[in-house]
Amino acid sequence: MNRLRRWGPAFLMVLPSIILIGVFVYGLIYWNVRTSLQQQPMPRGPSGTTNYSKLWAERRWVRDLKNLGVFTVVFIVGSLVMGAVMALLLDKGVKGEGFFRSIYLFPMAVSFIAAGIVWRWLLNPSSGLNLIFDKLGLDSLKSQWWQSKSPWGMAAMAMPAMWQMSGYIMALYLAGFRGVPEELREAARMDGAKERQVYRHVVFPELRPVTLSALVILGHISIKVFDLVLAVSGKQGKTETPAVYMWDLIFQASNRPKGATVATLLLVGVAVLVIPYLIYTVRSERKS
Amino acid sequence: MSASNAQRFDPGFPSSQRTALSRRVVLKGALVGAGVLALPQILGACGDDDEATTTTAAPGTTGGGTGEVTSTELEVFSWWTGGGEAAGLDAMIAIWNSQYPNTKFVNAAVAGGAGSNAKAVLAQRLEANDPPDSFQGHAGAELSDYIKAGQVEELNSYYEEWGLGDVFPSDLVDQITVDGKIYSVPVNIHRANVLWSNPTVVADAGITATPESFDDFIAALDKVKAAGKTPLALAEQWTVKHLMETVMISKLGAEAWAGLWTADGDWSSADVTDALEGFKTLFGYVNSDYASLTWQDAAKRVVDGEAAYNVMGDWADGYFTELEKTPRTDYDWAPVPGTAGVYDWLSDSFTKAKGGKHPDATVAWLKLCSSKEGQDAFNPVKGSIPARKDADTSKYGVYLQSAMEDWKTATLAGSLAHGVVASNAWNTDIDGALGLFLEDKDVAAFQDALLTAHDTYAV
Repeated sequence: MNRLRRWGPAFLMVLPSIILIGVFVYGLIYWNVRTSLQQQPMPRGPSGTTNYSKLWAERRWVRDLKNLGVFTVVFIVGSLVMGAVMALLLDKGVKGEGFFRSIYLFPMAVSFIAAGIVWRWLLNPSSGLNLIFDKLGLDSLKSQWWQSKSPWGMAAMAMPAMWQMSGYIMALYLAGFRGVPEELREAARMDGAKERQVYRHVVFPELRPVTLSALVILGHISIKVFDLVLAVSGKQGKTETPAVYMWDLIFQASNRPKGATVATLLLVGVAVLVIPYLIYTVRSERKS
Repeated sequence: MSASNAQRFDPGFPSSQRTALSRRVVLKGALVGAGVLALPQILGACGDDDEATTTTAAPGTTGGGTGEVTSTELEVFSWWTGGGEAAGLDAMIAIWNSQYPNTKFVNAAVAGGAGSNAKAVLAQRLEANDPPDSFQGHAGAELSDYIKAGQVEELNSYYEEWGLGDVFPSDLVDQITVDGKIYSVPVNIHRANVLWSNPTVVADAGITATPESFDDFIAALDKVKAAGKTPLALAEQWTVKHLMETVMISKLGAEAWAGLWTADGDWSSADVTDALEGFKTLFGYVNSDYASLTWQDAAKRVVDGEAAYNVMGDWADGYFTELEKTPRTDYDWAPVPGTAGVYDWLSDSFTKAKGGKHPDATVAWLKLCSSKEGQDAFNPVKGSIPARKDADTSKYGVYLQSAMEDWKTATLAGSLAHGVVASNAWNTDIDGALGLFLEDKDVAAFQDALLTAHDTYAV
């Protein structure tokens, strides 16, 4: 009775959210997986894992995965490096740090679709950046994603994503830098460490958890990338990602079981990334 | 320290808000994404206004209606929300309001080019048994999903009553008939197999006659190439499919083309191989940046004098008019070489949804869609020709007049890229195969994939 009085109100408070999440997240995941195990021609009957095996045998699916692979690598590495560099510059103390912080972070407030449209123009052969490089005689810097064989054209698709997310990564790193106690740096300097060595041996090792969060955040955005690619290049095989294929299957081809198959695989991809991270976080929090 | 440090950092707004914002941004992006994708594909128009407009009928002053309509409302579903398309629809709504002042016209248009968003919305409504009274669809195979699911009603009796069999070309009626039944009323006709050219660039390259056959065409392209201009302007992938379809019709002929889409269609034949090889040849003449262009970009290169030819549907004429170019001087047109006398057509049509709440008003609407008055109000504004043979040519521009002349006598071939000959699912598989072909240019693998798609979907 006493326990009920202690837990009851709290439980009632969270109950609505448990129900909502149960229905709209886990219920729909179940529904999706169930659909992916059905066959396409009506009437829908069970088909086991045929949809999955067929999908993996498709050249289109494999090409989409390669596209996604290139996108992910360029996007994540690019964002991490740019974010770290920007954070480093701000950490060294510039005038108007708040101003620059806002500027760097601002692209994140723009939707992928709007950024995609602008980058479509920037990357266009006859306008934007290419035109500037052309006028400056810097032809080697021109983007030619439309000519490169897939999956390499995807590297160009990753640029707007980098532009959007590197400011956020900068914020993460900057917070990380600030989290390293000044005494630690002082101690290193007392021991004769140069500024570079302070960062290399003192600050960066402290940032591993930040980098890990950044990886997970960027990774799941990357796996789900859809709107950006559509805005920059449209529906084309050359730059198709699994999420675009899924959309095509469900809304154009009305092939829901196959679309659900792709959706399930995307979910698994994200889960592989996020679940170990969650376990890691829970464990390290318990330790401390 | 832990990763939660990152959350403690405040870069300008609280982190909880930050997450909420980014989630909203992503969600919004995903929603708009579908719309933007298809924007360039809108036939001859750009939907800058994403709002679905709801027109409420003002009480009419001229009560010229037939009086049979007792419903107080009519809901018509389409994806005509911008440019000439919306203007054309408005013209028809104006006629509706004057004829049936007591029946409110509810314009349930959903923005998003080529109807991709609208189709998703429509599918949901149909599944929820809440159909609009009448909805738009590309005539032909694209409607087959609705027919199979029993979501649209047969219209044969109205075709007889209104005498449509005589005013629509019999070829057209044949092509929209499924097992002896007709389910839609075509409002307009577009032509896909048009070769747009720049007369100056063509003349400068030393081409004196319009290419008549595919081989002539290649010879002409060679001359333009030698003259240092882009021979054939091309754009993103759907326009490549559009080009492929016209080349196949050119090489195979309209009859063999139609045969490919039946259950007995032979996609493995040497003729198909030859047609695909011909299609592959064209990649020696196109602009290398085609993947980054919209159809307007490519068409513009022709009128700007950068390219000699462009294969595009006749909505390009509307675009050139918008650019204030003069027909026959700044740009010229001919059927795609080898397709003279063939009309590679696509058509917007309206249906009568099963379970619609206002059947009498729906019939009146379809009658208006099929009437000379309705078609002549809609088409000059939309930039297409009427499906009827007896339209008033004086209302139409130079290009449309010539197209109307061709329409009367032409052999019809249904468009692939615009949903006449193949269902959406089949089209999606062809898109996939084409995407891979554009990477490796492997004709054998492409033909194989097309064959598999045929065997999967042909009925």
